[in-house]
Amino acid sequence: MKIRNIVLAGVLAAAGAGAFAQAKEQFFPGLPYRTGPYAPNGVPWANGYADYLKLTNARGGINGVKIVYEECETGYDTARGVECYERLKGKHGGATVFQPLSTGITFALTEKAPGDKIPLITAGYGRSESQDGTIFKWNFPLAGTYWLAADALVQTIGKKEGGMEKLKGKKVTLVYHDSPYGKEPIPLLQERAAQLGFNLQLLPVTAPGVDQKATWLQVRQAKPDYVLLWGWGVMNSTALKEAQATGYPRDKMYGVWWSGAEPDVKDVGEGAKGYNAVTMQHGAEPQSAVVKEILEKVHAKGEGTGPKDEVGQVLYMRGAMSAMLAVEGVRRAQERFGKGKWVSGEQARWGYENLALDQKKLDALGFAGVMRPISTTCADHMGSNWARVHTWDGKKWNFSSDWLQADEQILKPLVKATAAKYAADKKLTPRTPADCQS
Amino acid sequence: MFYRENGQYKTSYRADQQIFPIAQDRWAILLLIAAAFVVVPMVGSDYMFRAIFIPFLIMSLAALGVNILVGYCGQISLGSGAFMAVGAYAAFNFFVRIPGIPLLLALVLGGLCSSAFGILFGLPSLRVKGLYLAVATLAAQFFSDWMFLRIKWFTNDAPSGSVSVSGLQVFGMPVESPISKYLLCLSILVVLALMAKNLVRGAVGREWMAIRDMDVAAAVIGIRPMYAKLSAFAVSSFIVGVAGALWGFVYLGAWEPAAFSVDMSFKMLFMVIIGGMGSIMGSFFGAGFIVLLPIFLNQFLPVLGHALGVDISTAGISHSELIIFGALIVWFLIVEPHGLAKLWSLSKQKLRLWPFPH
Repeated sequence: MKIRNIVLAGVLAAAGAGAFAQAKEQFFPGLPYRTGPYAPNGVPWANGYADYLKLTNARGGINGVKIVYEECETGYDTARGVECYERLKGKHGGATVFQPLSTGITFALTEKAPGDKIPLITAGYGRSESQDGTIFKWNFPLAGTYWLAADALVQTIGKKEGGMEKLKGKKVTLVYHDSPYGKEPIPLLQERAAQLGFNLQLLPVTAPGVDQKATWLQVRQAKPDYVLLWGWGVMNSTALKEAQATGYPRDKMYGVWWSGAEPDVKDVGEGAKGYNAVTMQHGAEPQSAVVKEILEKVHAKGEGTGPKDEVGQVLYMRGAMSAMLAVEGVRRAQERFGKGKWVSGEQARWGYENLALDQKKLDALGFAGVMRPISTTCADHMGSNWARVHTWDGKKWNFSSDWLQADEQILKPLVKATAAKYAADKKLTPRTPADCQS
Repeated sequence: MFYRENGQYKTSYRADQQIFPIAQDRWAILLLIAAAFVVVPMVGSDYMFRAIFIPFLIMSLAALGVNILVGYCGQISLGSGAFMAVGAYAAFNFFVRIPGIPLLLALVLGGLCSSAFGILFGLPSLRVKGLYLAVATLAAQFFSDWMFLRIKWFTNDAPSGSVSVSGLQVFGMPVESPISKYLLCLSILVVLALMAKNLVRGAVGREWMAIRDMDVAAAVIGIRPMYAKLSAFAVSSFIVGVAGALWGFVYLGAWEPAAFSVDMSFKMLFMVIIGGMGSIMGSFFGAGFIVLLPIFLNQFLPVLGHALGVDISTAGISHSELIIFGALIVWFLIVEPHGLAKLWSLSKQKLRLWPFPH
């Protein structure tokens, strides 16, 4: 009897130790691009992402579970991104979530993630139709897609005209990066153009977009009432310089959030004054509590990832917010699968699908005023359909609009139809309500 | 000592005309192929298959295709990325538009479309040569970029222009696991490499080489330049097209035209130049050098830095990777301008005399 007890205790202790060994660290891989043509935008994002994860560790981890972070440089190259994904996915006990930060890599990983059971967060980018969680089980375009951004911009110019019906007969030109990223907003804009009766002109710019003389000549000829800019990296500052050269008023130009950060306008400076861009909720937030905490708990100790004066810039905040969403999903998953325990990618996916970040939680995390509450469901993987617009005053970005909510009557059918087409092409069946519960 | 053909007498023309007349070579290659088919699937890890072997095999195939055009026929081409793109998108269209089409048939049809595209853009080679031809083939690159970005039909009306495939199977066996993907790529590579080897040592290959070495002389002795050049374009872009289809279908799974950008064309040309022009073996060396070395450096540098007690940042690793990689290219080209394949044949030569060199 005694021997049996001792053996049992031994087995239990071993099992406990095993569980303990597993419960040590949560691995967050990073796929940044700190080199290559898009590095000016990639670096602040990666710094914000890394700093927030460091801050989470300084705060004591996720209910005590510490975070390990490892980067693999992709250089915005899809093939390299796939290699990095394969390299990192099994490390440190298994990756929790990937944030590819590139449309090309997002598309490639969307095909691989379901097999590996690792969720993908594409906060504000990626495929817009992946909002439909019944078909895209592993994709989470949290708090914004390009369609949401496009819709917010249409609403903004509608407001500027004094009502959406006043847009009838107006000319709107979309100057876009000629890639899947730049083409994303087109279906939504076409839908809106048909509904509101404005003319939509599409002007593609060949990547990387250093030569736009011909494009802006066309803008000059067409004299559109508004220009929407869907640019990327060096294309943005070039577009603004060309607009200045052709005399197109900058305050009639509206950019997507990839065209609305400091690196895009810094070189143009005063010339970009009045230029607007949509933000996926946050802008530059140097005054926010989370930035102060990062400065105090991470940068003051010399552990900051990038230069101190860039903390709180637009893309830095984007990185920090993406990291926060990744961490909070794990915290949510811990509520179900065991507090203070390591969670697998599959369990983390449940957390992302059932995110419930209310104002109180956001305040506690230091994101008060930075973003609105977000809650996801099985059917809706975006969780929040709000945006704001900010304007460059020559030195910094200032908010120039109230919160704008996307028109679900436009967005929803489009998401449904496109996701259904994807499912039909792939011969996927939508998830059943029972699967949603799991 | 061991690598010597002494005592191997050839008693028939057949024996004299084998691909590998020396028995040791024959056995080494057969062993290598057997190892690739049997041993590697047993020991390789998921990461090795998906991130190392599969891209290496596909790029070897592509380099082989480019080598036929550039190395054997002497027609410098910067349109290889476009041929890959045509192969990938054509195979995609056959695959999604004809329900139930076998994967292998779709790949072959993709290759044939690429072949037709290659012949079309090979037409300037009848008039222009050398660097001028390189510029002319660059047009193929820009044309394919334009075509797949603008003509919606080719991308099955996808709103963003990027496409994806799934549910691959060969003879009813699903090609989902890394091992099955690896075996698929390997089988296609072995078949096409054998075909290429036989082509280049046959009549067609001799015509290509004659055109490469001096086209006027070749024409004088009765080789039709048009036929020789266009057949090189056709065979080369067929192989490159199949490689492109595999790159999209097997490696990426979902792709956009940027996956086959002009960078890709340059990369393939570098593979051929570094690996060795006019050598089937060289294509493999070149692909290994260009595909594997950066990944190796990227993983090895942090370890090295760690051992020396320095922590290198991600950007630092990436930059030093490019610097070392560039330096190695220059070094190899200075040491052996004829490519890695020449080093390989030199070492074989030395091995025959070892251990008693004269």
